[in-house]
Amino acid sequence: MMDGIAHGYDVARIRQDFPILSQGVRGRPLVFLDSGASAQKPRQVMDAMRACMETAYANVHRGAYHLSELATENHEAAREAVRRFLNAARAEEIVFAGSSTNAINLVAHSFGRGVLKAGQRVLVSEMEHHANLIPWHMLRDSGLGIGMGVIRVTDAGELDLDSLRAELAKGDVGLVAVTHMSNVLGTVTPAAAIARMAHEAGARVLFDGSQAAVHRRVDVQALDADFYVFTGHKLYGPTGIGVLYAKHELLKAMPPFLGGGDMINTVTMDGFTWAEPPLRFEAGTPPIIEAQGLKAAVEYVEAIGMEAIEAHERRLVEHAMRVLPEVEGLSILGAAQDRGGVFSFALDAAHPHDLSTFLDSRGICIRAGRHCAEPLHARLGHEGGSARASFGLYTTEGEVDALAGALREARRFFA
Amino acid sequence: MSAALDTLYAAPIREHARNPRHRARLECADATARGDNPLCGDRVEIFLTLDGARIVQASFLGRGCDVSQASADLLAEAVRGLDAADARALSARVRQMARSGEGADAMGALGALAAAARFPSRVKCATLPWVTLEAALDGAREASSE
Repeated sequence: MMDGIAHGYDVARIRQDFPILSQGVRGRPLVFLDSGASAQKPRQVMDAMRACMETAYANVHRGAYHLSELATENHEAAREAVRRFLNAARAEEIVFAGSSTNAINLVAHSFGRGVLKAGQRVLVSEMEHHANLIPWHMLRDSGLGIGMGVIRVTDAGELDLDSLRAELAKGDVGLVAVTHMSNVLGTVTPAAAIARMAHEAGARVLFDGSQAAVHRRVDVQALDADFYVFTGHKLYGPTGIGVLYAKHELLKAMPPFLGGGDMINTVTMDGFTWAEPPLRFEAGTPPIIEAQGLKAAVEYVEAIGMEAIEAHERRLVEHAMRVLPEVEGLSILGAAQDRGGVFSFALDAAHPHDLSTFLDSRGICIRAGRHCAEPLHARLGHEGGSARASFGLYTTEGEVDALAGALREARRFFA
Repeated sequence: MSAALDTLYAAPIREHARNPRHRARLECADATARGDNPLCGDRVEIFLTLDGARIVQASFLGRGCDVSQASADLLAEAVRGLDAADARALSARVRQMARSGEGADAMGALGALAAAARFPSRVKCATLPWVTLEAALDGAREASSE
């Protein structure tokens, strides 16, 4: 199963950092190919969260005593680590939210209701997962006169830039909210070009980086992103913490999302004044322990190097594109030129659900269903869903081979 | 081969999934409902013709995994001729069996669905047609596995 050191990338050594990967499933090695849903955690993340609780835990931004000051310092160090990870200009542009979903809802609420004007539209693409679709439906349905438009996806599973251009030309687009990498097709979208087109049309742009930030180096300044969101648990960090990056001028103009402690300056029984960003958007006690886990996760991937991770995953994708199409009866969804380590597929002999149960009996974990992207499955003629294998920095070529072998077995089993 | 896997995909399930006897639309249906599993996309439509409270004919259309489609075919076979109250009682027993894995021996062909209990994520595949049947008998048009 281990591929050893290939191209200077020591995947066997990396796998040792992930305790769960050494466990067996029904007497077989665990082959975890569902990192796109949530990734496994390295010991470094667990250790950091434990150390936070054992040595440096108190509420942050509140106590005038040493332990709270230490916890606050560590919390802000986590913000700084994320700033560096995204190459944001300043730490105040990093807002901790509970998840990508929370972060997008924050933008839909605070920017959507507070900055967008009646008559303006939000553009989303056909390949969004529900987290970057439903918040905009809710904004549209809130009676403020804000509309929506759709960017089409080509048969190859790429963003149709002509469709984006045509929508922008209507002159009423306030925000383009698109994925930076499809969680179904693995398609990496041309974010810098999208941002340029949006800005030329006077629109702002939000990238959902839930998948992309895990697989590629993200530079929000180079992309000229107005908003960028990602989540901790897909980046080998803990659940319960996500990140919203937003340009400072935008955060300054946006009203708060949730109300509570931390997001205020002064409070009387009659009202309150807003705190400055980012605290304006962080009502209540923040995810203190999770922030330390996220910091450790960011430092973990940076120590390996995002370029090295990307190169490893490119090799995996190339390998998968060689061996999976050789499986008789298998069809892969999408054929994007630029794709990351996510494959959705259908096997002629078996429904995705049945396939998933079969692969599980071989110790192989994949996702079956519509992967929270129902409209995309409808667009591609797979209303019933698909099966998905997604790779992480610990995935090996041997695991891809194990998947291909088990798919052949499944075809015989369900024939 | 895992024994549990062979149980879930035992011959009756595979036979009903591959060669369903009751996969059809009843144009003159007196009661019908559509059931969806929003997570995986499985869908089952149940059609019933009634004579008073008695189910005369039952059929289904749908898309989904072998378990959900076989369950729908088994359902159509099992509820023909039953009074609505008996069909509801049977549905409750099947759903209980699919969750617990117990009581298969007394259920005849439907007993094959008990294997779903060993696969917690698959219980809803087995029960979707049955909650849809109950919705049809209630006069509701739609049901959800959730």
